[in-house]
Formats: sequence, C-alpha cells, structure tokens
Amino acid sequence: MTIGLSHYLVVAAILFTIGVFGIFVNRRNIIVILMSIELILLAVNINLVAFSVFLHDVVGQIFALFVLTVAAAEAAVGLAILVTFFRWRGDIAVDDAAVMKG
Amino acid sequence: MLPQAIAFYVLAAVTVIGALSVIFARNPVHSVLFLITDFFSAAGLFVLMGAEFLAMILLVVYVGAVAVLFLFVVMMLDVDFATLRQGFSRYLPLGGAIAFILTIEMGVVAASIAHTGAAATSPGPLTQFGSVTNAEAIGRVLYTDYVYIFQAAGMVLLVAMIGAIVLTLKHRSGAKRQNVGDQTARTEAKGMRLVTIKSGEGIDA
Repeated sequence: MTIGLSHYLVVAAILFTIGVFGIFVNRRNIIVILMSIELILLAVNINLVAFSVFLHDVVGQIFALFVLTVAAAEAAVGLAILVTFFRWRGDIAVDDAAVMKG
Repeated sequence: MLPQAIAFYVLAAVTVIGALSVIFARNPVHSVLFLITDFFSAAGLFVLMGAEFLAMILLVVYVGAVAVLFLFVVMMLDVDFATLRQGFSRYLPLGGAIAFILTIEMGVVAASIAHTGAAATSPGPLTQFGSVTNAEAIGRVLYTDYVYIFQAAGMVLLVAMIGAIVLTLKHRSGAKRQNVGDQTARTEAKGMRLVTIKSGEGIDA
C-alpha cells in the first residue's frame, strides 16, 4: 500500500484532463473557464511538488510557488477584464467577446 | 503506511470529484465552493507529500484570495447563468473526445516510462531536506539561487494589481471628488471677488 510517485501523477493527470474538458463543455461561461484554468494549474503544481519530493530536489517546490504567483495574477486580471466586459455589454457570453478585437 | 494510503485515496477522490463538480455545477457559486473544496484536498495531498509550506500557501493564496475573488465576481455580476449553459450538450462530444485523447496520451507516456523514468529510479519520497524544515529549505534556495526570479514574481503581482485597478476603476463624470491640487493652488485672486454695491440695489450674483 505504499503511495509512490505514479499515484500523485495519476491524480494530477486526471485533474488536468478535467480542466481541459471543463474549458470545452463550458465554452460560453467564462467564469467556469477561468476556474478550469485554475484546476489545470493546480494539476501542474501537484506534478511539480510530486517530482520535487520524489527526486529529492527542492527546486520543484519553488517553481510551484512561481506557478501559484502567476495563477493569482492571471485570475486577478482575467476577472478584472470580465467585470469591465460585463459593464460594457451587460452580459458575459464569450461569443460576443470577439468585438474586443482591435 | 496504511493510514497514509487511506489519506491519499480519500484526498485524491475528493480532489477528482470536486473538480468534476466544478465544471458540472449548474450554479457558478456552487462551482466556486467546489473549487475551494478542491484546493483544500490538494493542500492535504501536499501535506501528505511533505510540502507543508506550499500547502499553507495554497490555502492562503488560493482559498483566501483567488477563490474569494471568484466568489465576489460571481455574486456581483447579475447574469442569467442558465443561458450560458446552452451549448453544454453541443460541446460535450468534442470535449469528451479531447479528454479521451488526452487520457490515452498520458496513459501511453506513463506506461512507457513506468519502468525507466523517475517513477522507477526514485529512492522514495524525501519529506525532510537535510536537518531543516520544509519552509527553511525553500527559503534557502528561493532567496539565493532564485532571488531575481523571486523579484520578477513580485513585479508580476504588482503589474497585475495595477492592471486590475486600471481596468475596473470607474470615473463617473457627475461625481464630486476632492482635487487636492486645485485646493492648494487656490489664491486670493481666484477665490475672492470684491464687489462695490450701491445701496438699495443688491447684488446680481
């Protein structure tokens, strides 16, 4: 019953796949798309930490920290764009977002 | 090892079910709450692996900040979420196909390196880096070898913060607001007018 590296990698792979799947099935709802991206980044973090622990190298955890930072920044800016778009259109349907093209 | 295995399977199951609930929940508020559940169980997995510092950071940053930000935005926007789910069944086959292909690809890669890669050569998990705690081990590397990248991460957060403020700040034209520059630049000549009034006639503004 020893939990090895592959166990964690399987969980991360499932999480990543669910995240990609979520982006496709919720194509119109940009809030859930942003949450799916968070899931994908969480899967990446699990991978980084698992490899860090099982390969005895702490650098993996430092990269997980940077991924966390970028994910937080991405969520903040993404939600800010969403709020601006909602104020302008009164709706958050992604189909209409093409009008933002310059 | 048995308690550890039980903890792993429980946390992994909660993580996967939580992730599925995030994308299938009808109400986005429920999605956010399932996302919080997901982060909690992932933090549990991190603790199980011995990465306590990252687990706590995950809770503070993701649950405390990002998930609450999502919650604020979902509750603030007055959107009919039922209409946003219209394409759900239409995109289900495509999404399912791509998820299936991804799973197959990852399975092939995993099967091919199962006996050669890190999974086979790893001498087992190392929860203790030397004689120091996990946070100290991270700090010793983060503030020496990766200090410039650490600074760059700070810049990323600063730019994101300024960007979010610039994007959402609303200047209403009608609102009265204090202008310190105007106030301090006020002089006797601008602020005062001497009028000589003839008696009995009054003043016409």
